[in-house]
Amino acid sequence: MLQLLTTDFVMMALIAGCGLAIASGPLGSFMVWRRMSYFGDTLAHSALLGVSLGLVTGGDPQLAIVISGLCLAVLLALLDRNPKLATDTLLGILAHTSLALGVVVLSLTSSVRVNLEAYLFGELLTITPRELAWVLVVIAVVLAVLTKNWNAFLSTTVHRELAEVEGHNTARLNLILIVLIALTIAVSMKIVGVLLITSLLIIPPATARKFSKTPEKMALNASIIGVVCIFMGVFLAFSLDTPVGPSIVVVAGGLFLLSYFLPLSSRA
Amino acid sequence: MASPNLDSSTLIAAYDVSKVLEGRTVLDNVSLEIKEGKIVTLIGPNGAGKTTLVRIILGLMTADSGIVSKRPDLNIGYMPQKLVIDPTMPIAVSRFLELSGSSDPDHLRDTLAQLKIPHLLNSPLTSVSGGEMQRVLLARAMLRKPQLLVLDEPAQGVDVSGQAELYGLISEIRDQHNCGVIMISHDLHLVMSSTDEVICLNHHVCCHGEPEYVSNDPAFLDLFGARSAESLAVYTHNHNHEHDVRGQIKPPQGK
Repeated sequence: MLQLLTTDFVMMALIAGCGLAIASGPLGSFMVWRRMSYFGDTLAHSALLGVSLGLVTGGDPQLAIVISGLCLAVLLALLDRNPKLATDTLLGILAHTSLALGVVVLSLTSSVRVNLEAYLFGELLTITPRELAWVLVVIAVVLAVLTKNWNAFLSTTVHRELAEVEGHNTARLNLILIVLIALTIAVSMKIVGVLLITSLLIIPPATARKFSKTPEKMALNASIIGVVCIFMGVFLAFSLDTPVGPSIVVVAGGLFLLSYFLPLSSRA
Repeated sequence: MASPNLDSSTLIAAYDVSKVLEGRTVLDNVSLEIKEGKIVTLIGPNGAGKTTLVRIILGLMTADSGIVSKRPDLNIGYMPQKLVIDPTMPIAVSRFLELSGSSDPDHLRDTLAQLKIPHLLNSPLTSVSGGEMQRVLLARAMLRKPQLLVLDEPAQGVDVSGQAELYGLISEIRDQHNCGVIMISHDLHLVMSSTDEVICLNHHVCCHGEPEYVSNDPAFLDLFGARSAESLAVYTHNHNHEHDVRGQIKPPQGK
Protein backbone atom coordinates (compact mmCIF):
# COMPACT_ATOMS: atom_id res chain seq x y z
CA MET A 1 0.00 0.00 0.00
CA LEU A 2 2.65 2.48 1.09
CA GLN A 3 4.66 1.58 -2.00
CA LEU A 4 1.67 2.30 -4.21
CA LEU A 5 1.11 5.68 -2.55
CA THR A 6 4.65 6.78 -3.37
CA THR A 7 4.54 5.99 -7.08
CA ASP A 8 4.86 8.93 -9.44
CA PHE A 9 1.24 9.21 -10.48
CA VAL A 10 -0.05 9.00 -6.94
CA MET A 11 2.50 11.57 -5.82
CA MET A 12 1.38 13.95 -8.55
CA ALA A 13 -2.23 13.37 -7.57
CA LEU A 14 -1.49 14.09 -3.93
CA ILE A 15 0.47 17.25 -4.74
CA ALA A 16 -2.35 18.54 -6.95
CA GLY A 17 -4.97 17.64 -4.37
CA CYS A 18 -3.10 19.21 -1.48
CA GLY A 19 -2.38 22.33 -3.50
CA LEU A 20 -6.06 22.69 -4.25
CA ALA A 21 -6.98 22.06 -0.62
CA ILE A 22 -4.55 24.74 0.57
CA ALA A 23 -5.95 27.36 -1.82
CA SER A 24 -9.52 26.27 -1.04
CA GLY A 25 -9.09 27.10 2.65
CA PRO A 26 -9.08 30.89 2.31
CA LEU A 27 -11.01 30.99 -0.98
CA GLY A 28 -13.73 28.66 0.30
CA SER A 29 -13.96 30.65 3.53
CA PHE A 30 -14.85 33.74 1.52
CA MET A 31 -17.45 31.71 -0.40
CA VAL A 32 -18.98 30.56 2.89
CA TRP A 33 -18.97 34.05 4.44
CA ARG A 34 -20.51 35.55 1.31
CA ARG A 35 -22.95 32.70 0.79
CA MET A 36 -21.61 32.01 -2.67
CA SER A 37 -21.84 28.24 -2.71
CA TYR A 38 -24.58 28.17 -5.32
CA PHE A 39 -22.62 30.73 -7.26
CA GLY A 40 -19.63 28.36 -7.22
CA ASP A 41 -21.84 25.54 -8.45
CA THR A 42 -22.89 27.65 -11.40
CA LEU A 43 -19.29 28.36 -12.30
CA ALA A 44 -18.41 24.69 -11.92
CA HIS A 45 -21.27 23.34 -13.99
CA SER A 46 -20.47 25.74 -16.78
CA ALA A 47 -16.90 24.51 -16.83
CA LEU A 48 -18.13 21.43 -18.64
CA LEU A 49 -19.28 23.66 -21.46
CA GLY A 50 -15.72 24.98 -21.57
CA VAL A 51 -14.40 21.44 -21.98
CA SER A 52 -16.81 20.77 -24.84
CA LEU A 53 -15.94 23.99 -26.62
CA GLY A 54 -12.25 23.23 -26.18
CA LEU A 55 -12.70 19.82 -27.78
CA VAL A 56 -14.86 21.16 -30.61
CA THR A 57 -12.41 23.89 -31.51
CA GLY A 58 -9.50 21.52 -31.08
CA GLY A 59 -7.78 23.80 -28.60
CA ASP A 60 -6.17 22.91 -25.31
CA PRO A 61 -9.06 21.77 -23.08
CA GLN A 62 -7.46 23.16 -19.94
CA LEU A 63 -7.06 26.55 -21.55
CA ALA A 64 -10.64 26.39 -22.87
CA ILE A 65 -11.97 25.72 -19.37
CA VAL A 66 -10.00 28.63 -17.96
CA ILE A 67 -11.18 31.01 -20.68
CA SER A 68 -14.83 29.97 -20.49
CA GLY A 69 -14.68 30.13 -16.71
CA LEU A 70 -13.32 33.68 -16.89
CA CYS A 71 -16.03 34.72 -19.36
CA LEU A 72 -18.73 33.37 -17.09
CA ALA A 73 -17.06 34.96 -14.06
CA VAL A 74 -17.22 38.38 -15.71
CA LEU A 75 -20.84 37.76 -16.74
CA LEU A 76 -21.78 36.78 -13.18
CA ALA A 77 -19.90 39.77 -11.77
CA LEU A 78 -21.94 42.04 -14.03
CA LEU A 79 -25.16 40.36 -12.91
CA ASP A 80 -23.98 40.75 -9.33
CA ARG A 81 -24.03 44.52 -9.79
CA ASN A 82 -27.71 44.34 -10.55
CA PRO A 83 -28.94 42.40 -7.53
CA LYS A 84 -32.42 42.00 -8.94
CA LEU A 85 -31.07 39.73 -11.68
CA ALA A 86 -28.69 37.49 -9.78
CA THR A 87 -31.35 35.40 -8.10
CA ASP A 88 -31.15 31.72 -7.27
CA THR A 89 -33.42 31.09 -10.20
CA LEU A 90 -31.12 32.75 -12.67
CA LEU A 91 -28.06 30.96 -11.27
CA GLY A 92 -29.98 27.69 -11.48
CA ILE A 93 -30.95 28.28 -15.07
CA LEU A 94 -27.39 29.22 -15.99
CA ALA A 95 -25.84 26.30 -14.08
CA HIS A 96 -27.98 23.55 -15.45
CA THR A 97 -28.36 24.88 -18.97
CA SER A 98 -24.63 25.14 -19.39
CA LEU A 99 -24.11 21.71 -17.86
CA ALA A 100 -26.68 20.18 -20.18
CA LEU A 101 -25.31 22.09 -23.16
CA GLY A 102 -21.84 20.86 -22.28
CA VAL A 103 -23.01 17.23 -22.26
CA VAL A 104 -24.91 17.66 -25.54
CA VAL A 105 -21.98 19.29 -27.30
CA LEU A 106 -19.65 16.60 -25.94
CA SER A 107 -21.83 13.80 -27.30
CA LEU A 108 -22.07 15.51 -30.67
CA THR A 109 -18.30 15.54 -31.11
CA SER A 110 -18.24 11.89 -32.05
CA SER A 111 -14.74 12.18 -33.43
CA VAL A 112 -13.37 12.50 -29.92
CA ARG A 113 -13.86 9.80 -27.36
CA VAL A 114 -14.61 11.49 -24.12
CA ASN A 115 -14.97 10.00 -20.71
CA LEU A 116 -17.79 12.15 -19.38
CA GLU A 117 -17.54 10.68 -15.93
CA ALA A 118 -13.99 11.96 -15.60
CA TYR A 119 -15.21 15.52 -16.01
CA LEU A 120 -18.24 15.11 -13.79
CA PHE A 121 -16.58 13.31 -10.89
CA GLY A 122 -12.88 13.86 -11.45
CA GLU A 123 -10.05 11.55 -12.32
CA LEU A 124 -7.27 12.63 -10.07
CA LEU A 125 -5.00 9.67 -10.68
CA THR A 126 -4.67 10.36 -14.40
CA ILE A 127 -3.43 13.90 -13.88
CA THR A 128 -0.62 14.80 -16.26
CA PRO A 129 2.48 16.85 -15.40
CA ARG A 130 1.07 19.61 -17.61
CA GLU A 131 -2.21 19.65 -15.68
CA LEU A 132 -0.34 19.59 -12.40
CA ALA A 133 1.61 22.63 -13.55
CA TRP A 134 -1.67 24.45 -14.29
CA VAL A 135 -2.97 23.62 -10.83
CA LEU A 136 0.20 24.84 -9.12
CA VAL A 137 0.36 28.09 -11.09
CA VAL A 138 -3.28 28.95 -10.39
CA ILE A 139 -2.94 28.08 -6.71
CA ALA A 140 0.12 30.31 -6.41
CA VAL A 141 -1.81 33.16 -8.04
CA VAL A 142 -4.86 32.62 -5.80
CA LEU A 143 -2.81 32.58 -2.62
CA ALA A 144 -0.73 35.58 -3.64
CA VAL A 145 -3.74 37.73 -4.55
CA LEU A 146 -5.71 36.74 -1.45
CA THR A 147 -2.78 37.41 0.87
CA LYS A 148 -1.97 40.75 -0.68
CA ASN A 149 -5.55 42.04 -0.52
CA TRP A 150 -6.70 40.12 2.55
CA ASN A 151 -7.96 43.06 4.58
CA ALA A 152 -9.67 44.62 1.59
CA PHE A 153 -11.49 41.37 0.79
CA LEU A 154 -12.42 40.92 4.43
CA SER A 155 -13.67 44.47 4.74
CA THR A 156 -15.80 44.13 1.60
CA THR A 157 -17.22 40.86 2.88
CA VAL A 158 -18.17 42.32 6.26
CA HIS A 159 -19.96 45.37 4.85
CA ARG A 160 -19.68 46.28 1.22
CA GLU A 161 -20.83 49.90 1.45
CA LEU A 162 -18.76 50.64 4.51
CA ALA A 163 -15.72 49.29 2.65
CA GLU A 164 -16.59 51.41 -0.38
CA VAL A 165 -16.84 54.59 1.73
CA GLU A 166 -13.51 53.70 3.34
CA GLY A 167 -11.88 53.75 -0.05
CA HIS A 168 -11.98 50.17 -1.30
CA ASN A 169 -13.01 49.53 -4.88
CA THR A 170 -15.53 46.86 -3.99
CA ALA A 171 -16.72 46.18 -7.53
CA ARG A 172 -13.14 45.39 -8.54
CA LEU A 173 -12.55 43.27 -5.45
CA ASN A 174 -15.72 41.27 -6.14
CA LEU A 175 -14.65 40.70 -9.73
CA ILE A 176 -11.19 39.56 -8.61
CA LEU A 177 -12.70 37.14 -6.11
CA ILE A 178 -15.04 35.68 -8.72
CA VAL A 179 -12.15 35.31 -11.17
CA LEU A 180 -10.07 33.52 -8.53
CA ILE A 181 -12.95 31.12 -7.85
CA ALA A 182 -13.44 30.52 -11.57
CA LEU A 183 -9.72 29.82 -12.07
CA THR A 184 -9.60 27.43 -9.12
CA ILE A 185 -12.65 25.55 -10.34
CA ALA A 186 -11.26 25.38 -13.85
CA VAL A 187 -8.00 23.73 -12.83
CA SER A 188 -9.51 21.44 -10.24
CA MET A 189 -12.02 19.74 -12.51
CA LYS A 190 -9.58 16.91 -12.89
CA ILE A 191 -9.42 16.44 -9.13
CA VAL A 192 -13.04 16.11 -8.04
CA GLY A 193 -15.03 16.96 -11.16
CA VAL A 194 -17.59 19.69 -11.87
CA LEU A 195 -20.34 18.14 -9.78
CA LEU A 196 -18.27 17.95 -6.62
CA ILE A 197 -15.77 20.81 -6.80
CA THR A 198 -17.88 23.26 -4.79
CA SER A 199 -18.01 20.78 -1.93
CA LEU A 200 -14.23 20.82 -1.63
CA LEU A 201 -14.36 24.62 -1.43
CA ILE A 202 -17.25 24.83 1.03
CA ILE A 203 -17.04 21.84 3.38
CA PRO A 204 -13.55 22.33 4.92
CA PRO A 205 -14.26 25.98 5.90
CA ALA A 206 -17.64 24.94 7.30
CA THR A 207 -15.86 22.31 9.39
CA ALA A 208 -13.14 24.76 10.41
CA ARG A 209 -15.64 27.35 11.65
CA LYS A 210 -16.13 25.51 14.91
CA PHE A 211 -12.44 25.59 15.79
CA SER A 212 -11.65 29.12 14.68
CA LYS A 213 -11.93 32.46 16.41
CA THR A 214 -10.53 34.70 13.69
CA PRO A 215 -11.10 34.78 9.93
CA GLU A 216 -7.42 33.99 9.35
CA LYS A 217 -7.48 30.95 11.60
CA MET A 218 -10.64 29.71 9.92
CA ALA A 219 -8.93 29.95 6.52
CA LEU A 220 -5.81 28.20 7.80
CA ASN A 221 -7.75 25.45 9.58
CA ALA A 222 -9.84 24.94 6.44
CA SER A 223 -6.64 24.41 4.44
CA ILE A 224 -5.39 21.87 6.96
CA ILE A 225 -8.72 20.03 7.04
CA GLY A 226 -8.76 20.06 3.22
CA VAL A 227 -5.32 18.43 3.06
CA VAL A 228 -6.44 15.77 5.55
CA CYS A 229 -9.50 15.10 3.36
CA ILE A 230 -7.31 14.65 0.28
CA PHE A 231 -5.00 12.16 2.01
CA MET A 232 -7.82 10.22 3.66
CA GLY A 233 -9.87 10.27 0.47
CA VAL A 234 -7.05 8.92 -1.67
CA PHE A 235 -6.32 6.29 0.96
CA LEU A 236 -10.00 5.33 1.10
CA ALA A 237 -10.17 5.11 -2.69
CA PHE A 238 -7.22 2.72 -2.76
CA SER A 239 -8.48 0.64 0.12
CA LEU A 240 -12.01 0.19 -1.17
CA ASP A 241 -11.27 0.62 -4.88
CA THR A 242 -13.70 3.54 -5.13
CA PRO A 243 -13.47 6.63 -7.36
CA VAL A 244 -11.05 9.17 -5.88
CA GLY A 245 -13.05 12.40 -6.24
CA PRO A 246 -16.22 11.17 -4.54
CA SER A 247 -14.12 9.44 -1.87
CA ILE A 248 -12.47 12.76 -0.99
CA VAL A 249 -15.86 14.48 -0.75
CA VAL A 250 -17.27 11.65 1.37
CA VAL A 251 -14.39 12.08 3.80
CA ALA A 252 -14.92 15.87 3.85
CA GLY A 253 -18.62 15.44 4.55
CA GLY A 254 -17.88 12.83 7.22
CA LEU A 255 -15.43 15.13 9.00
CA PHE A 256 -17.96 17.94 8.91
CA LEU A 257 -20.64 15.75 10.48
CA LEU A 258 -18.17 14.55 13.08
CA SER A 259 -17.16 18.10 14.02
CA TYR A 260 -20.78 19.18 14.04
CA PHE A 261 -21.85 16.59 16.57
CA LEU A 262 -18.69 16.47 18.64
CA PRO A 263 -19.19 18.46 21.84
CA LEU A 264 -15.93 20.32 21.35
CA SER A 265 -15.61 23.72 22.87
CA SER A 266 -14.22 26.07 20.28
CA ARG A 267 -10.62 26.90 20.85
CA ALA A 268 -8.36 29.54 19.39
CA MET B 1 -16.99 66.33 -8.73
CA ALA B 2 -15.81 69.91 -8.99
CA SER B 3 -16.00 72.05 -5.90
CA PRO B 4 -17.16 75.48 -6.97
CA ASN B 5 -16.88 78.20 -4.34
CA LEU B 6 -17.32 76.14 -1.21
CA ASP B 7 -17.48 78.24 1.89
CA SER B 8 -14.38 77.59 4.02
CA SER B 9 -16.42 75.96 6.80
CA THR B 10 -18.53 73.87 4.41
CA LEU B 11 -17.63 70.21 4.23
CA ILE B 12 -20.05 69.10 1.56
CA ALA B 13 -22.88 70.69 -0.32
CA ALA B 14 -25.52 69.43 -2.70
CA TYR B 15 -27.26 71.74 -5.14
CA ASP B 16 -30.54 70.83 -6.84
CA VAL B 17 -29.84 67.13 -6.69
CA SER B 18 -32.41 64.91 -8.40
CA LYS B 19 -32.53 61.16 -8.67
CA VAL B 20 -34.97 58.86 -10.41
CA LEU B 21 -35.04 55.22 -9.35
CA GLU B 22 -37.19 52.73 -11.25
CA GLY B 23 -39.20 55.50 -12.83
CA ARG B 24 -39.94 57.14 -9.52
CA THR B 25 -38.57 60.56 -8.67
CA VAL B 26 -36.95 59.86 -5.35
CA LEU B 27 -35.14 63.17 -5.00
CA ASP B 28 -36.44 66.33 -6.59
CA ASN B 29 -34.09 69.32 -6.61
CA VAL B 30 -32.74 68.77 -3.13
CA SER B 31 -30.10 71.12 -1.80
CA LEU B 32 -28.26 70.99 1.48
CA GLU B 33 -25.04 72.09 3.07
CA ILE B 34 -23.12 70.55 5.93
CA LYS B 35 -20.67 72.72 7.81
CA GLU B 36 -17.95 71.94 10.33
CA GLY B 37 -19.25 71.42 13.85
CA LYS B 38 -22.90 71.34 12.81
CA ILE B 39 -25.38 68.51 13.19
CA VAL B 40 -27.88 68.21 10.37
CA THR B 41 -30.74 65.78 10.81
CA LEU B 42 -32.75 64.35 7.95
CA ILE B 43 -36.28 63.45 8.89
CA GLY B 44 -39.16 62.35 6.72
CA PRO B 45 -41.56 59.51 6.14
CA ASN B 46 -40.43 56.10 4.91
CA GLY B 47 -39.51 56.14 1.26
CA ALA B 48 -38.98 59.89 1.29
CA GLY B 49 -35.51 59.57 -0.24
CA LYS B 50 -33.44 60.02 2.91
CA THR B 51 -31.26 56.99 2.32
CA THR B 52 -30.85 57.85 -1.35
CA LEU B 53 -29.68 61.34 -0.42
CA VAL B 54 -27.19 59.92 2.06
CA ARG B 55 -25.91 57.43 -0.51
CA ILE B 56 -25.30 60.28 -2.93
CA ILE B 57 -23.45 62.25 -0.25
CA LEU B 58 -21.32 59.18 0.49
CA GLY B 59 -20.49 58.76 -3.18
CA LEU B 60 -22.15 55.33 -3.31
CA MET B 61 -24.57 56.61 -5.91
CA THR B 62 -24.48 59.43 -8.41
CA ALA B 63 -27.19 62.01 -8.87
CA ASP B 64 -29.04 62.23 -12.19
CA SER B 65 -28.76 65.99 -12.11
CA GLY B 66 -27.48 68.63 -9.77
CA ILE B 67 -24.08 69.14 -8.23
CA VAL B 68 -22.48 67.59 -5.19
CA SER B 69 -19.29 69.29 -4.16
CA LYS B 70 -17.14 68.36 -1.27
CA ARG B 71 -14.02 69.69 0.32
CA PRO B 72 -10.99 68.08 -1.35
CA ASP B 73 -9.87 64.90 0.46
CA LEU B 74 -12.91 65.01 2.72
CA ASN B 75 -12.55 62.21 5.27
CA ILE B 76 -15.95 60.63 5.86
CA GLY B 77 -16.85 58.30 8.72
CA TYR B 78 -19.89 56.25 7.84
CA MET B 79 -22.14 54.42 10.23
CA PRO B 80 -24.43 52.11 8.26
CA GLN B 81 -27.96 51.43 9.41
CA LYS B 82 -27.17 47.88 10.37
CA LEU B 83 -24.53 45.25 9.99
CA VAL B 84 -25.66 41.84 8.86
CA ILE B 85 -22.78 39.50 9.39
CA ASP B 86 -22.87 35.87 8.38
CA PRO B 87 -22.68 33.70 11.51
CA THR B 88 -19.99 31.63 9.82
CA MET B 89 -17.59 34.58 10.02
CA PRO B 90 -15.55 34.38 13.22
CA ILE B 91 -14.56 37.96 13.84
CA ALA B 92 -13.97 39.84 17.09
CA VAL B 93 -14.96 43.45 17.63
CA SER B 94 -11.27 44.43 17.71
CA ARG B 95 -10.63 42.93 14.27
CA PHE B 96 -13.75 44.58 12.90
CA LEU B 97 -12.54 47.96 14.15
CA GLU B 98 -9.06 47.34 12.72
CA LEU B 99 -10.61 46.98 9.28
CA SER B 100 -11.24 50.73 9.31
CA GLY B 101 -7.56 51.03 8.47
CA SER B 102 -6.83 53.11 11.55
CA SER B 103 -3.91 51.80 13.56
CA ASP B 104 -3.63 54.28 16.41
CA PRO B 105 -3.99 52.31 19.68
CA ASP B 106 -4.45 55.47 21.80
CA HIS B 107 -7.23 56.72 19.56
CA LEU B 108 -8.87 53.29 19.67
CA ARG B 109 -8.73 53.21 23.47
CA ASP B 110 -10.10 56.75 23.82
CA THR B 111 -12.90 56.09 21.34
CA LEU B 112 -14.01 52.90 23.06
CA ALA B 113 -13.87 54.63 26.44
CA GLN B 114 -15.95 57.54 25.20
CA LEU B 115 -18.57 55.16 23.78
CA LYS B 116 -18.40 53.07 26.97
CA ILE B 117 -17.63 49.82 25.16
CA PRO B 118 -14.02 48.89 26.09
CA HIS B 119 -15.32 45.57 27.49
CA LEU B 120 -16.51 44.52 24.02
CA LEU B 121 -13.08 44.60 22.39
CA ASN B 122 -12.49 40.85 22.42
CA SER B 123 -16.10 39.72 22.04
CA PRO B 124 -17.17 37.99 18.84
CA LEU B 125 -19.03 40.51 16.69
CA THR B 126 -21.98 38.13 16.31
CA SER B 127 -22.54 38.10 20.09
CA VAL B 128 -22.84 41.88 20.45
CA SER B 129 -26.34 43.13 21.30
CA GLY B 130 -28.29 45.60 19.15
CA GLY B 131 -27.55 48.63 21.29
CA GLU B 132 -23.89 47.75 21.67
CA MET B 133 -23.60 47.10 17.94
CA GLN B 134 -24.66 50.69 17.20
CA ARG B 135 -21.81 51.89 19.40
CA VAL B 136 -19.36 49.53 17.72
CA LEU B 137 -20.43 50.89 14.34
CA LEU B 138 -20.10 54.45 15.61
CA ALA B 139 -16.63 53.60 16.93
CA ARG B 140 -15.63 52.26 13.52
CA ALA B 141 -16.78 55.51 11.90
CA MET B 142 -14.91 57.60 14.48
CA LEU B 143 -11.64 55.68 14.21
CA ARG B 144 -10.97 57.27 10.85
CA LYS B 145 -10.91 60.70 12.54
CA PRO B 146 -13.53 61.91 10.11
CA GLN B 147 -14.29 65.50 9.25
CA LEU B 148 -17.81 64.40 8.39
CA LEU B 149 -19.84 61.74 10.18
CA VAL B 150 -22.66 60.20 8.19
CA LEU B 151 -25.05 58.27 10.42
CA ASP B 152 -27.92 56.23 9.02
CA GLU B 153 -30.48 55.83 11.81
CA PRO B 154 -27.83 55.62 14.55
CA ALA B 155 -30.29 54.73 17.33
CA GLN B 156 -31.92 51.83 15.53
CA GLY B 157 -32.45 48.85 17.81
CA VAL B 158 -31.49 50.87 20.88
CA ASP B 159 -33.89 51.11 23.81
CA VAL B 160 -35.41 54.49 24.65
CA SER B 161 -33.03 55.51 27.42
CA GLY B 162 -30.09 54.32 25.34
CA GLN B 163 -31.29 56.44 22.42
CA ALA B 164 -31.08 59.67 24.38
CA GLU B 165 -27.61 58.73 25.56
CA LEU B 166 -26.49 57.87 22.04
CA TYR B 167 -27.68 61.21 20.67
CA GLY B 168 -25.93 62.86 23.60
CA LEU B 169 -22.72 61.07 22.63
CA ILE B 170 -23.06 62.24 19.05
CA SER B 171 -23.30 65.86 20.24
CA GLU B 172 -20.32 65.27 22.50
CA ILE B 173 -18.28 63.86 19.61
CA ARG B 174 -19.19 66.87 17.50
CA ASP B 175 -18.12 69.25 20.29
CA GLN B 176 -14.78 67.47 20.73
CA HIS B 177 -13.75 66.96 17.14
CA ASN B 178 -15.65 69.82 15.53
CA CYS B 179 -16.76 67.46 12.79
CA GLY B 180 -19.87 67.89 10.74
CA VAL B 181 -22.63 65.36 11.25
CA ILE B 182 -25.48 64.36 9.01
CA MET B 183 -27.86 61.77 10.30
CA ILE B 184 -31.12 60.13 9.34
CA SER B 185 -33.43 59.72 12.27
CA HIS B 186 -36.95 58.76 13.15
CA ASP B 187 -36.62 59.71 16.79
CA LEU B 188 -38.02 63.17 16.28
CA HIS B 189 -38.34 64.20 19.88
CA LEU B 190 -34.81 63.11 20.75
CA VAL B 191 -33.20 64.55 17.68
CA MET B 192 -34.71 67.96 18.11
CA SER B 193 -32.72 68.70 21.22
CA SER B 194 -29.34 67.72 19.84
CA THR B 195 -29.40 69.05 16.31
CA ASP B 196 -28.51 72.37 14.75
CA GLU B 197 -30.54 72.00 11.62
CA VAL B 198 -33.43 69.79 10.66
CA ILE B 199 -34.19 68.99 7.05
CA CYS B 200 -37.63 67.62 6.53
CA LEU B 201 -37.50 65.58 3.36
CA ASN B 202 -40.33 64.16 1.33
CA HIS B 203 -38.66 63.76 -2.09
CA HIS B 204 -38.16 67.51 -1.99
CA VAL B 205 -37.10 69.61 0.99
CA CYS B 206 -40.42 70.39 2.71
CA CYS B 207 -38.86 72.72 5.19
CA HIS B 208 -35.57 73.16 6.92
CA GLY B 209 -34.03 75.23 9.63
CA GLU B 210 -33.53 75.20 13.36
CA PRO B 211 -35.53 72.53 15.21
CA GLU B 212 -37.88 75.03 16.89
CA TYR B 213 -38.62 76.68 13.59
CA VAL B 214 -39.19 73.43 11.72
CA SER B 215 -41.48 71.98 14.36
CA ASN B 216 -43.85 74.91 13.83
CA ASP B 217 -43.63 74.97 10.05
CA PRO B 218 -46.94 74.17 8.33
CA ALA B 219 -45.19 71.75 5.94
CA PHE B 220 -43.81 69.84 8.91
CA LEU B 221 -47.19 69.80 10.67
CA ASP B 222 -48.71 68.58 7.45
CA LEU B 223 -46.23 65.73 7.13
CA PHE B 224 -46.13 64.52 10.70
CA GLY B 225 -49.46 65.67 12.04
CA ALA B 226 -50.13 68.35 14.61
CA ARG B 227 -50.14 65.89 17.50
CA SER B 228 -46.59 64.66 17.05
CA ALA B 229 -45.45 68.21 16.46
CA GLU B 230 -47.15 69.22 19.70
CA SER B 231 -45.44 66.46 21.62
CA LEU B 232 -42.15 67.63 20.19
CA ALA B 233 -42.76 71.15 21.30
CA VAL B 234 -43.72 69.94 24.76
CA TYR B 235 -40.64 67.81 24.94
CA THR B 236 -38.19 70.47 23.90
CA HIS B 237 -39.62 72.89 26.44
CA ASN B 238 -39.49 70.36 29.25
CA HIS B 239 -36.00 69.25 28.57
CA ASN B 240 -34.68 69.93 32.04
CA HIS B 241 -33.28 66.54 33.06
CA GLU B 242 -31.56 63.54 31.53
CA HIS B 243 -31.70 59.82 31.99
CA ASP B 244 -28.77 57.46 32.18
CA VAL B 245 -28.61 53.93 30.76
CA ARG B 246 -30.76 52.46 33.54
CA GLY B 247 -33.39 55.16 33.21
CA GLN B 248 -32.36 57.00 36.38
CA ILE B 249 -32.55 60.76 36.28
CA LYS B 250 -29.09 62.23 35.97
CA PRO B 251 -28.13 65.17 38.15
CA PRO B 252 -28.42 68.39 36.14
CA GLN B 253 -25.16 69.47 34.55
CA GLY B 254 -25.71 73.20 34.73
CA LYS B 255 -26.64 73.58 31.12
